[in-house]
Amino acid sequence: MNIDSIQNGVVIDHITAGRGMTLYHMLGLDEIDCPVAIITNAGSKRMGKKDIIKVDADIDINVDVVGYVDPGATVNIIKNSLLIEKFNPALPSILTNVLKCKNPRCVTAVEQEINHIFKLTDKDNRVYRCLYCETKH
Amino acid sequence: MKSLISILDLSVEEIEQLIATADDIIDNPDKYCEKCKRKKLATLFFEPSTRTRLSFEAAMLELGGSVIGFSEANASSAAKGESVADTAKTVSCYADIIAMRHPKEGAPLVASINACVPVINAGDGGHNHPTQTLADLLTIHREKGGLSGLTIGVCGDLKFGRTVHSLIQAMSRYSGNSFVLISPEELKLPSYVKKEVLRKNGIPYTQTTDLEQVMPKLDILYMTRVQRERFFNEEDYLRLKDSYILTPSKLKNAKESLSIMHPLPRVNEISVLIDDDPRACYFKQVLNGKYMRMALILKLLEESEG
Repeated sequence: MNIDSIQNGVVIDHITAGRGMTLYHMLGLDEIDCPVAIITNAGSKRMGKKDIIKVDADIDINVDVVGYVDPGATVNIIKNSLLIEKFNPALPSILTNVLKCKNPRCVTAVEQEINHIFKLTDKDNRVYRCLYCETKH
Repeated sequence: MKSLISILDLSVEEIEQLIATADDIIDNPDKYCEKCKRKKLATLFFEPSTRTRLSFEAAMLELGGSVIGFSEANASSAAKGESVADTAKTVSCYADIIAMRHPKEGAPLVASINACVPVINAGDGGHNHPTQTLADLLTIHREKGGLSGLTIGVCGDLKFGRTVHSLIQAMSRYSGNSFVLISPEELKLPSYVKKEVLRKNGIPYTQTTDLEQVMPKLDILYMTRVQRERFFNEEDYLRLKDSYILTPSKLKNAKESLSIMHPLPRVNEISVLIDDDPRACYFKQVLNGKYMRMALILKLLEESEG
C-alpha cells in the first residue's frame, strides 16, 4: 500500500498497533481541514506491526498527547520534503486539557473555563491524577 | 506567596515551627494579641460549618485582626453563578488572607491560583482538611510529647474520611509510627492511600473490623463519623452509620495512656459517658485547632509580607 510522501507536515511513526485512531482523535486531527493519512497495522521490522499518521500541513501538534498515548512513537517534522526534526516525546509530567476529570465532586465539574490538569504521580504504572481532586484517570 | 491546600504543602520542619508557635501562644497569649492588627481574614464558607469557621474567626480575633466573609453559598455571589476564580480575585482586594471551605474538591486550589493573598483550605468536600490535621498534630504532640513511635488506630469511615487520609499522610512522615485501620468492609481505607502513602513510606499497618480486639495495642484511637453528606445512597448511609460506637465497656482493655481523638462533630460514635474519661482528647483538639490556626495565619501573613 502506497501513501504519497508529504512536502510540509508531520509524520508520527512507530505508533503501537491499535493506538493510531486514539491518537488521531486525541490530537484533534478529525477537526482540521487538511489531508491526514492513518495507516494501521503497517509492517515493521522492529515492532512487527505499527500504526503511522501523516499530516499534510504545517501544523503544531501537542507532543504531550503523543507522549501520553504512546511514549514509543516518533514525531518527524517535514519541511520542503526534508526531515528537519525527529524526536521521541517522553511521558509528560503534566497534561493540560488532554484528559477530563470524571469525578463529579471535583471543582472542574462546575468551574467554567478551568484548565483540566493532570500530574504524573506514578511513572512506572503511568498513573495520572487530577491536580485539583487527585482522582486517578 | 504561599497558601495551604494540603498538609503536604508543609515540610516537617514547618510543622515543627507551627507547633512551637502554637505552644508559645498557649503560654504567652498577650504577646500575640496585636500581631494581626489592621489585618483582615475573609472566611469564604460555601458549605455549612460551625467549628472550623468559628475557630478561624476566633483565631484571627485573638491575634487582634478582623474578619469578613459569609457562611453559606447562598449568601455569596456563587448563588449568581460567579466562579471560584473570580470570587478569589475579588476577595483578594478586600482581605489579607482567605480561609475557604467549598463542597467541590480542589476549589481552594483554584482560589489560591487566582488570589493574590494566601489561601487556607478549610475543607474541600471529602478531599483535604489540612487545618484539622494541624489541630490533630498539636494534640498528639501535647498529649504524647512527640509525633514518633506511636501505634495509631483510626476507626470508622476510612473511605470518605478526609481527616483520616490527611492524618495518615502527616504521621507517615515521622519514624516508628504504625497504623491499625478499623472499619467495616465497605468503608476501608482506599487502596491508593495504602499504596502511595503507607507502603511507599514503609509504614506498618493492619486492617481489622474488630475494634475491641486491637484496643490494647493502641496509643491513639482516632474515631470518625460516618458522614451522610459523602454518600450518594441514603440506604448505604443508614446501614453503616452505627458500625462503631465507642462505649466505656469497649475501653476496658485500653491503655491508661490512650488518647481518644475525634475531629468532631460526633453523632453517636463516642458515648457521652466517655467525655469525662481523662483519655478523651476531642475537646482539647478543638482548642488546639484554634491555636494552630493562629500560628498558621501568622506564618502565612509573615511570608506574604516578606
